Amino acid sequence: MASDMALSGKSLVSMEDLSADQIMQILSTAALMKEISEREVKKAPTLRGRTVINFFAEPSTRTRTSFEIAGKRLSADVINISASSSSLSKGETLKDMAANLQAMKPDLLVARSPHSGVPYMMSQWMTCPVINAGDGRHEHPTQSLLDLMTIQERKKDMEGLKVTILGDILNSRVARSNMIAMTKLGMIVTACGPATMLPMNISRMAHHHTTDVAEAVRGADVVMALRIQKERLEGCKFPNVREYSRYFGLTAAHMKHTASNSIVLHPGPINQGVEISPEVVEGPWSVIMNQVTNGVAVRMAALYLLLGGAQPQV
Amino acid sequence: MSDLLIKNGHLIDPANGVDGPMDIHVDKGVIVKVGKKLAVQARKIIDAKGMWVTPGLVDMHVHLREPGYEYKESIKSGGESAAAGGFTSVVCMANTDPVNDCASITEFILEAARKASPVNVFPVGAVSQGLQGQTLANIGEMAEAGVVAVSDDGKCVMNTALLRDAMTYAGMFGLLVLEHAEDHDLTTGTHMNEGPISSELGLIGAPSVGEEVMVARDIALAEYIGGAIHFCHISTAGAVEMIRAAKKRKVKVTAEATPHHFTLTEEACRRYQANAKMAPPLRTQRDVEAVRKGLADGTLDVIATDHAPHAKVEKEVEFEKAPFGVVGLETAVGLALELVRTGVLTRTRLVEVMSLNPARILGLDRGSLPPGAVADITIIDPEVEWIVDSTKFRSKSCNTPFEGWTMKGRASYTIVKGKVVYKNAD
Repeated sequence: MASDMALSGKSLVSMEDLSADQIMQILSTAALMKEISEREVKKAPTLRGRTVINFFAEPSTRTRTSFEIAGKRLSADVINISASSSSLSKGETLKDMAANLQAMKPDLLVARSPHSGVPYMMSQWMTCPVINAGDGRHEHPTQSLLDLMTIQERKKDMEGLKVTILGDILNSRVARSNMIAMTKLGMIVTACGPATMLPMNISRMAHHHTTDVAEAVRGADVVMALRIQKERLEGCKFPNVREYSRYFGLTAAHMKHTASNSIVLHPGPINQGVEISPEVVEGPWSVIMNQVTNGVAVRMAALYLLLGGAQPQV
Repeated sequence: MSDLLIKNGHLIDPANGVDGPMDIHVDKGVIVKVGKKLAVQARKIIDAKGMWVTPGLVDMHVHLREPGYEYKESIKSGGESAAAGGFTSVVCMANTDPVNDCASITEFILEAARKASPVNVFPVGAVSQGLQGQTLANIGEMAEAGVVAVSDDGKCVMNTALLRDAMTYAGMFGLLVLEHAEDHDLTTGTHMNEGPISSELGLIGAPSVGEEVMVARDIALAEYIGGAIHFCHISTAGAVEMIRAAKKRKVKVTAEATPHHFTLTEEACRRYQANAKMAPPLRTQRDVEAVRKGLADGTLDVIATDHAPHAKVEKEVEFEKAPFGVVGLETAVGLALELVRTGVLTRTRLVEVMSLNPARILGLDRGSLPPGAVADITIIDPEVEWIVDSTKFRSKSCNTPFEGWTMKGRASYTIVKGKVVYKNAD
């Protein structure tokens, strides 16, 4: 397929990098990849001989593991570098780090950083494709892709779906990537959170925004609750966790006013009882574990397509 | 020392109302005679045909990094960079290591400049000890040692009571406070201007009000105590408007603008370009227009570069970890001339804001060329085209956002005390 070639060799730094067609292509490839994970022998030879470096300059269990499993299920050689074992802590510049990684001839770099822009900069300094695995407050495109895959599985047609994103919109890379992608795919996005956590230009990022959770979720097909970084934000963006959960926690009572067959997503890790109540996490709406499963599938698809895959051989 | 005749040039000397063809005869480092077609025999002659001859340019805001950060810049390299940019005098900020907050550091800087710098170096002393914003630095002894102003530049004097006392106390020694107006409570942890682009890039933005609340505070304070204040690097439309209104009320306020703030917008930060990161940050097109208008109508008095060298490796990091600042000495004339070409400034106004006004504000015996004056002279070729190539900079650092730009106009000769310290060889 000619359109496959369009992704080959490219980096995935922002959801802005992908057209609606390319997003759909990744999702359909991911659906095929997901089947591999259901097999008894969970391995395809597709990326045999390819080297993928997971460069994680920020703690992460879920995303790093997901990328590692994705690479291994496609038979790539996956190397993990974490911040503590990298030389960034020894005063090396990011450009030096990029040059050293480049010298080891990886075929693809997966980069996570607490600092916005690092995957982009690595993509400028290295010749191989770079996948952004979450950078600061900027973006987290593969999280958005797994969210979209999960939504698509349940809802089939995504166009026109009403989606509510709830929480710390200002600092969330998950929200930013999703607002870009979902508006591209024709979903109607409502952003909701404390006024201190809505970016000043939110009206350019989402169709609607409000600080009233009840209003935000009314009639929603999809509700996405975001993790609150309580360690960092308590006392400045909101007084305390108790007050946050009282005004902005997603509860079963809220869900009663959503559309029928509505679903709830959360990028994890969850602060149960803070941004989302346990009854919602465990309730009939929850597709949170499907998200984790789909995370492996979309990352397999992204690795596969960026590394030049044409017809999936699975 | 041999005498020097600069002939066939177009002299622009606003203090003396001169804007026309005029020759200058210099001897023993001072101006001897200014007039049309001087019939003087001189040992050295510069033919300035087609060029502008101006009082030596004065940059009242640079960071020379010595002592303490000589890997970024030194008094020698910074002085050479200034000369190459057409500046005959630079005024260097106190945020060195150790901080220039006592006479011994001031003396060190002056001594190093005497030995190594081709241009005049006028040091600024700190307002507060160690730039800590707690207690007054030794302003009296620094005044005696030769500082020309006081400033905690790099940091705002957040403590309003301390600022009040600094203005009053420094005023006693005839020194002005140069204020870096920034409310750090609003800006700590920020990396560029707050707006749609910071949001898109996922960077925490510094709001324009972070500058404006401090400009408002300082104007109120100056008006109340009847003291003077000078604002460094004004970057927002709101700040320009407040200064304009304050001047109308005869508040003793002066202000400077940088070439990067009248040329670039926050768009330059896209793609995480660390060489577009400085404080105050690049703002919006509306702010750029306001700064230009302010320079044109007299609201802003001075063009100063805020030359802030940083080593290449310090900028080749995560945008959020990159230090604030850009070099500016060697690109200032080219960027300022663009304002003349586009009709924002007259050439007389250009010389006012780059030479006469900074000299007057700081009380330096520079900025004009009457007989008897120190012969600090800049000769500018306003037509020559050149391309910015930071590898050719005299500065030790190359952190410019103007790499690869085509500029029109640059200094052909920089003359300090009658001696040619720079001649453009390109």
